[in-house]
Amino acid sequence: MAQTQSGTGGLQSLPALLHRNATEFGSSPAYREKEYGIWQCWSWAETEAEIEALALGLINLGVNEGDFVAIIGRNRPYLYWSMVAVQMVGAVPVPLYQDAVAEEMAYVLGHCGARFVIVSDQEQVDKVIEVQDQLHQMEHVLYLDPRGLRKYDHHTLHQFSHVQEQGRAAREEWFTDLQARRDRLTYDSTCVMLYTSGTTGKPKGVVLSNRNVIESARNSAEFDHLTRNEDILSYLPMAWVGDFIFSIGQAYWCGFCVNCPESADTMMTDLREIGPTYFFAPPRVFEGQLTNVMIRMEDASPLKQRMFHHFMAHAKKVGGRILDGRQVGAWDRVKYALGNLLVYGPLKDTLGYGRIRVGYTAGEAIGPEIFEFYRSLGINLKQLYGQTEATVFITVQPDGEVRADTVGVPAPDVEIRIADNGEIFYRSPGTFVEYYKNPESTASTKDEEGWVATGDAGFFEEDSGHLRIIDRAKDVGKMADGAMFAPKYVENKLKFYPDILEAVVFGNNRDRCVAFINIDLSAVGNWAERNNIAYASYQELAGHPRVLASIQEHVEAVNASVAEDPMLSGCQVHRFVVLHKELDADDGEMTRTRKVRRRIVEEKFADIIDALYDGSEKISTVTEVTYEDGRKGSIKATLEIRDAKVVPVTPQQVAAE
Amino acid sequence: MLDASEGYTTEDGRKIGGVVMEMKNITLRFGGVVAIKEISFDIREGEIRAIIGPNGAGKSSMLNVISGFYLPQEGEVWFRGERRPQMKPFEVARQGIARTFQNIALFEGMSVLDNVMTGRLNHMKSGLFAQALWKGRAEAEESANRKVVENVIDFLEIQHIRKTPVSRLPYGLKKRVELARALAAQPKLLLLDEPMAGMNVEEKEDMSRFILDVNDEFGTTIALIEHDMGVVMDLSDRVVVMDYGRKIGDGTPDEVRGNQEVIDAYLGVSHD
Repeated sequence: MAQTQSGTGGLQSLPALLHRNATEFGSSPAYREKEYGIWQCWSWAETEAEIEALALGLINLGVNEGDFVAIIGRNRPYLYWSMVAVQMVGAVPVPLYQDAVAEEMAYVLGHCGARFVIVSDQEQVDKVIEVQDQLHQMEHVLYLDPRGLRKYDHHTLHQFSHVQEQGRAAREEWFTDLQARRDRLTYDSTCVMLYTSGTTGKPKGVVLSNRNVIESARNSAEFDHLTRNEDILSYLPMAWVGDFIFSIGQAYWCGFCVNCPESADTMMTDLREIGPTYFFAPPRVFEGQLTNVMIRMEDASPLKQRMFHHFMAHAKKVGGRILDGRQVGAWDRVKYALGNLLVYGPLKDTLGYGRIRVGYTAGEAIGPEIFEFYRSLGINLKQLYGQTEATVFITVQPDGEVRADTVGVPAPDVEIRIADNGEIFYRSPGTFVEYYKNPESTASTKDEEGWVATGDAGFFEEDSGHLRIIDRAKDVGKMADGAMFAPKYVENKLKFYPDILEAVVFGNNRDRCVAFINIDLSAVGNWAERNNIAYASYQELAGHPRVLASIQEHVEAVNASVAEDPMLSGCQVHRFVVLHKELDADDGEMTRTRKVRRRIVEEKFADIIDALYDGSEKISTVTEVTYEDGRKGSIKATLEIRDAKVVPVTPQQVAAE
Repeated sequence: MLDASEGYTTEDGRKIGGVVMEMKNITLRFGGVVAIKEISFDIREGEIRAIIGPNGAGKSSMLNVISGFYLPQEGEVWFRGERRPQMKPFEVARQGIARTFQNIALFEGMSVLDNVMTGRLNHMKSGLFAQALWKGRAEAEESANRKVVENVIDFLEIQHIRKTPVSRLPYGLKKRVELARALAAQPKLLLLDEPMAGMNVEEKEDMSRFILDVNDEFGTTIALIEHDMGVVMDLSDRVVVMDYGRKIGDGTPDEVRGNQEVIDAYLGVSHD
């Protein structure tokens, strides 16, 4: 195909790629969306016509080159077209998270100074109207779904389709203008601006150029041999860089079809109907599906259950090896093929993975068992490591070299360097241009030579050359003996057990590590029910000796696995306590996105931490809690502290690193 | 304030048309029990009309009179300028009146889609055999009806349960499916019998929004019975208040709220 040649052959913007697709294979499907129970389809030629009509309409409304146009809504072809149409007229699309509350939106809209906003429906229109007073620069709002909007003041409010109609009507007047604007786009024009959600402080606007997007799309598409015959399902937030690259960058580069689900709730059904060949999902989607399969298998007939478990055991043994193209005996292959016919095939079809060629997961750590489950079925699920500032790709796993605990090798054209403190730096064609109106942050993140700090700590494995992420760099500390302390690494391992909801490991500047553990009430409660263990409250269940015993087993298993890693063997958990309350955002112990606030937990439960270190066997404590309605109360508890077996290691090995 | 023949304009600027349905001196008895006593009121084109009252006030009986299920012993029902004779429920449905029920009346074993399709029954002309064979007119007819149904499904946001058997749905969604079936008939007058009964706050909010949207989007005239005073006052343009089978108030929510008799009926009267 044309795109396999090096360079981009003059295709230096999304509109240019669109035009190529519409001319070279205009009748191939570009977008599908399920609406009114039917998959509606637009070919590349139709897509170009729609986008042009919108672009002309935007010019007609007064969009100037260099303007920012915000786009808010769920994944719909019309909004994807908006992004390209906005670029076509020389403006900059700024997709926003549709679930953002009005104030968050106000900040972003004010920061980029958006004059135009394109939204999906009444809900978003209402939010925009709510903040409009604060935003003097905002002029027009375009909406897709007219429902409920009839009575609104339409002086500055326009229906999407009407803008397109006006564009078609004004074609004569504006087409040369549109042509000129399109021709002025260069490889270094801004392609898109994406706001990072930002765990600390205000969101930052990451400016990505056409070069960033097209080079990244090309490199990654070649890496995975993507063609224009792929089908993807676009259901992840449009404001997220991953969706921009998959659903726009790669889709336009390769010319494959983007499928939009009917609604967020129908995603699983639509996934099955489309059967994507290339798929991306965060770990929670895979976890959810696996749990579903397991629960439904419990209800299956005994014969089916036996067949399922028998063949799944076989898949576990050889499935991953077959996928990696390694040596597997003939008999095992025959048996795997039989399993594929009876179990794996139908299961994959039910999950919607019947046609999948490449699948990716990223965002957070995926449980090794979940990862292996999908791979053993023959689904080529891989991991990648990336961020908005890199236009997604930093490292990816090549076919045949996939493991649960690494994130792969540097993506094509990406250079990586590890600083002395373990922090990962990268440099690539995808490296972002700047943070919009924020030179200080740009300077502190990207140096003059183009190296970008990720804020993550990691290292390359010597034998495989794969990158392993340990933790956020600011959380990585040193133990008293100088060994590396990476709490998240251990916590993730603990959290892979379904009955552990949350774990917090302490040990910075100490001689050994200790841990707080939260049980998962639904998982442990379920287990208690099946084992006839009666309990009256979370607190009672959390303190039950048998629960403690099973948690202890998990901690010891994690210790054994941590000990295998020479760098991090010092992070084994010596003592732990199962907390009497769940860590909660209402009490400030977690963020709203369920990330533990280490410092606050450390202060609040200082007495328990002291007890963990002073060797006492029990600790009585009183904890203040906030109820959902804002009232405050306190719970008293006496907690049992348990010692966990650790695997002895020699610290010298660690110091050598 | 209300002109007898012409319409009026609501607070939020909607134009309400002339009288669609008029009740004239309706009296309904069950043996010796007088369920409704000499009640008169009208329902106008495009309005949301509520009938409220304490338990046993005769609200549901009133709705059944409107829907033609009960034939009042005295009084007349006028619909679209004509006096309505005694009718079978299906004849009423053909006139363009659809309803939902207080206790959900769906086909539990059928999927949501099939349930909503039954709302199109009056619009299917082809015979049983033609439909079974899926030939000729039956095919075109079903496609056209399905299109209407899909629009309703999209409107009420129940795409995700399209193929789910109704028996597996939670209560709030069943209520929505029932509304969908009524809407599928594309009624001129929609009767809702306690649409919010048994719902939580969030479900009530959703349902209120759907009722307003139906009225706004399709211009459907809606008559509803409801317990929840707050909801009624927010939703409706005009309210009839009943107590012990009598009409004790009629007017805009504000007027009704200030009516001493209504306050007494709801809060009780002190007897000193």
